Amino acid sequence: MKPSNTQESKFTKSMAWLDARFPATETFEYHMSRYYAPKNFNFFYYFGILATVMLVNQLVTGIWLTMNYVPTGAGAFASVEFIMRDVEYGWLLRYLHSTGASFFFIVVYLHMYRALMYGSYRGPRELLWLIGMAIFVALMAEGFFGYLLPWGNMSYWGAQVIVSLVGAIPYIGPDLMEWVRGDFLMSEATLNRFFALHVIALPLVLVMLVFVHFVALHHVGSNNPDGIDIKKTKDSNGVPLDGIPFHPYYTVHDIHALVVFFIIFLGFVFFAPEGWGYFLEKPNFEMADPLKTPEHIAPVWYYTPFYSMLRAATYPLFGVPAKFWGFVVMVGAIIIPAVLPWLDRSPVRSMRYKGMWSKVMLGQFVVSFFILGYLGTKGPTDVRTAAAQFFTMTYFAYFVLMPWYTRIEKCKPEPDRVTAR
Amino acid sequence: MQTRTGQGDRAMRKLLMIMMLCVPSLVWSATEINWDMEAFDPNLKDKPSLQNGMRLYVNFCLGCHSLKFQRYERTVDFLGIPHEVALENLVFSDQKIGDLITTAMSPEGAKAWFGATPPDLTQVAKTRGGEWIYNYLKTFYSDPARPLGVNNKVFPNVGMPNVLAGLQGVQVEACVQRPKIAENGGEMRDPLIPGLAITEEKCGELVVEDGTGLYSAQEFDDAIYDLTNFLYYVAEPTRLERHRTGVFVILFLIILGCFTYLLNREYWKDVH
Ligand code: HEC
Ligand code: HEM
Repeated sequence: MKPSNTQESKFTKSMAWLDARFPATETFEYHMSRYYAPKNFNFFYYFGILATVMLVNQLVTGIWLTMNYVPTGAGAFASVEFIMRDVEYGWLLRYLHSTGASFFFIVVYLHMYRALMYGSYRGPRELLWLIGMAIFVALMAEGFFGYLLPWGNMSYWGAQVIVSLVGAIPYIGPDLMEWVRGDFLMSEATLNRFFALHVIALPLVLVMLVFVHFVALHHVGSNNPDGIDIKKTKDSNGVPLDGIPFHPYYTVHDIHALVVFFIIFLGFVFFAPEGWGYFLEKPNFEMADPLKTPEHIAPVWYYTPFYSMLRAATYPLFGVPAKFWGFVVMVGAIIIPAVLPWLDRSPVRSMRYKGMWSKVMLGQFVVSFFILGYLGTKGPTDVRTAAAQFFTMTYFAYFVLMPWYTRIEKCKPEPDRVTAR
Repeated sequence: MQTRTGQGDRAMRKLLMIMMLCVPSLVWSATEINWDMEAFDPNLKDKPSLQNGMRLYVNFCLGCHSLKFQRYERTVDFLGIPHEVALENLVFSDQKIGDLITTAMSPEGAKAWFGATPPDLTQVAKTRGGEWIYNYLKTFYSDPARPLGVNNKVFPNVGMPNVLAGLQGVQVEACVQRPKIAENGGEMRDPLIPGLAITEEKCGELVVEDGTGLYSAQEFDDAIYDLTNFLYYVAEPTRLERHRTGVFVILFLIILGCFTYLLNREYWKDVH
C-alpha cells in the first residue's frame, strides 16, 4: 500500500517502528490476512469462533461478578441475590454468566460434533483434537466448580453427589474424599477451594489451552466439510486454489454469524434466562441445606448424558461398589473421544464420503447422547435405568466398533477439489 | 489436613455425616397434590395490585416470614409508593428505608410454636411457582384433627396457622353439587330442560360458611391475587426492566444484522 497522504504515511511509519520491535504485521498476516482457509466452510465452522466469544463473555462477566460475590457459607447465597437485586445491571451480568455457561456448552458440543462429522480429528490434526479434549475436560471442571458457588440447595447436593464418588474408590476413597472437600462435609472450606479453582486456576488453564489450540490449528490448517486437503492444489504463488484469506472473508462472515448468534443467546438472557429450569435449576433458589435433599438431584443439562451413564452402573464388581464403577464409566465416556484419531481407519475423512455404517453409527451416537441427556434430568426408575444401560452401550459402541465399521464399509471417492458448501 | 473447626465440632460433624448416610429417610418428598389448581396469571404492570399485595404482606405475613434479600426502598420505588408514606404505613419496626425486609420473629421461637420455621419468602415464587402460592393461600380449611385446627389442600398437614381466616371466613370441607364434565371436557347439560346443568356430588370441596368473613368471595380472591402478584414481583424485581432492555437490544441486533449481512455479501460476491 502506498502512502497517499501524510496521515497514512504516519501510520506506515509507526507500524514500521512497531514491526522492528514486535512482529505485529507478521503475526496479523500469518493468522489473518495470509492465513488461507478453505472456501467451503459451512454452518458448523462458526462454532469455534463462537466458543472463543463465549469464553471471553464468561471471563469478563465473571470478573464483574467476583467484585460482589462473597465466597463464604453464610454470605454466598445472599451475595448472589445482592447482585441480582441491588447491583446496577447485576442481574444482566449474572444471567450473561449463568445462561452463558449453557450456551458455551451448546456451542462446544456442536463444535465437537462438527469434528466427528468431517473427520477433523484425523491426521495431521490429532494434536489439535487432543488439545480440544483437554479444553473440554477443563471446561467441565470449570462448570462443576462454578455451580457450587451460588450455594443453592442443588449446588450443594450436586457437588455432594459428585465428590462422594471419590469416596467409592477402594481403600483410599474416604480419606481422599475428605482431602478433596477439606472437611468432613461439604462446607465453607470446600466452597473456598472451589472458588479459587473456578475464578483463577481453571480460567488460566482454559485460556492457555485455547491459545495453543489456535497455534496448532494455524500450523496444520483447517479441515473442511469435504475432508480433503486444500494444500494439495496450490497456485504458482503457493496459495491453495481452494483457500481464501481468513481476513477479510471469514472475518465478515464470522461477524455476521456472531450477530445472529447473539440474537438467540441474548433472547434467552433477556426473556428466558432460567431456560425453563434447565439453565438455573429450581432448588437453587433456596439456600444450601445439608438436611434437606432436593426431591431428585440432577445436574445442569450439559452434564446429564454423563450423569446418566454414572447411574447406569448398578452392579458391584470385584467387591468394589457399583458407585465406583459408575464413576469409571462416566470418566471413560468423557475421555474416550480422545482416542478417535486412532480408531478411525476409513480411507476418507468426511462423512460425505464415508459409507453406510459410519453414518448409522454417528446417527445412533447422537440419538444415544440425547436420550442419555434426557434420562439424566429425571429421577431413576427401573425402566429408565435399563434404558440408560442400553444407551450407555450404544454410546460406547460408536467408539469401540469404529476400527471395524470404518474398514469394512464401502466409501465414495473423494473429489480433488472442494465442492459446494 | 486443614479444617476450621475444633475437636468437639469434629465429632459432631462425623455424627452428622453418619446421619446423612441415612439421607433417603430424610428426603423431602413432594406429596401428590390432589387439588384442581386454579390458574394464576401475574401482572407486574398492575401497580395498585402490587401495592395492595405489599400492604397485605406487611400486615399479615411479615410477622413470621422475612423477605430478607429484598430492600424496602427498591420495592416501594418500583411500586410507586413515596418514601414518607412507606415509612409511615409499611415499615413498622425502627428499620430504615434502605434496609432489607427482615422479620422480628426468631427462628427458634417459631419452630417451638408451629413445629416448623416459617421460611423466608423472597424466592418462594421461584421455588413453588405463583400458581402454587395462589392456591395454597386459598385452600386453608378447618380440620380439628390438626394441632392448629387447620389443614391445607395443596400443602397437607401444613404448620402455618390460617392467618387470613378473618378475611376469608371459616372454610370447611364439604360435599357439593358440581356440573358433570363430559368426555370432551365440556359441562354436561340436561337434554330436556335447556340450560340446566347435569350435576354430580363431589366431596372434599371447600366452602366458606356464610357471613363469617370480612371479605366477599370475590374480594378475597382479589386479595390473594394481589398478595401472590407481590410475591411474584419480589422473587425477581428486575424482571420488567429485563424485558424492556431486551426488546431494545434484540431490535438493535436485528438492524445490525442487516448491515453485517450486506457487508458479508459484498465481500463474498466474487468468491466462487
Ligand atoms: C404465625 C406465623 C405465620 C404467618 C403470620 C404466616 N405464615 Fe406462612 N408459614 C408459617 C409456617 C410455620 C410455615 C411452614 C409450614 C410448614 O413447613 O409446615 C409457613 C409456610 C408458608 C409457605 C410455604 C413455604 C414453602 O415453600 O414451604 C408460604 C407460601 C407461606 N407460608 C405464605 C404466607 C403468606 C403469604 C402469609 C401472609 C398472608 C403467611 N405465610 C403468614 C407461618 C406463618
Ligand atoms: C473453549 C473452547 C474452544 C474454543 C474457543 C475453540 C476454538 C476453535 C476455533 C476458533 C477453531 C477454528 C474455527 C472452527 O473450525 O470452528 C477451532 C477448530 C477446531 N477445534 Fe476448537 N475450540 C474449543 C474447544 C474444542 C474442543 C472441546 C474440541 C474437541 C474436543 C475442539 C476441536 C477442534 C478441532 C478438531 C478443530 C479443527 C476443525 C476443522 O478444521 O475442521 N475444540 N477451535
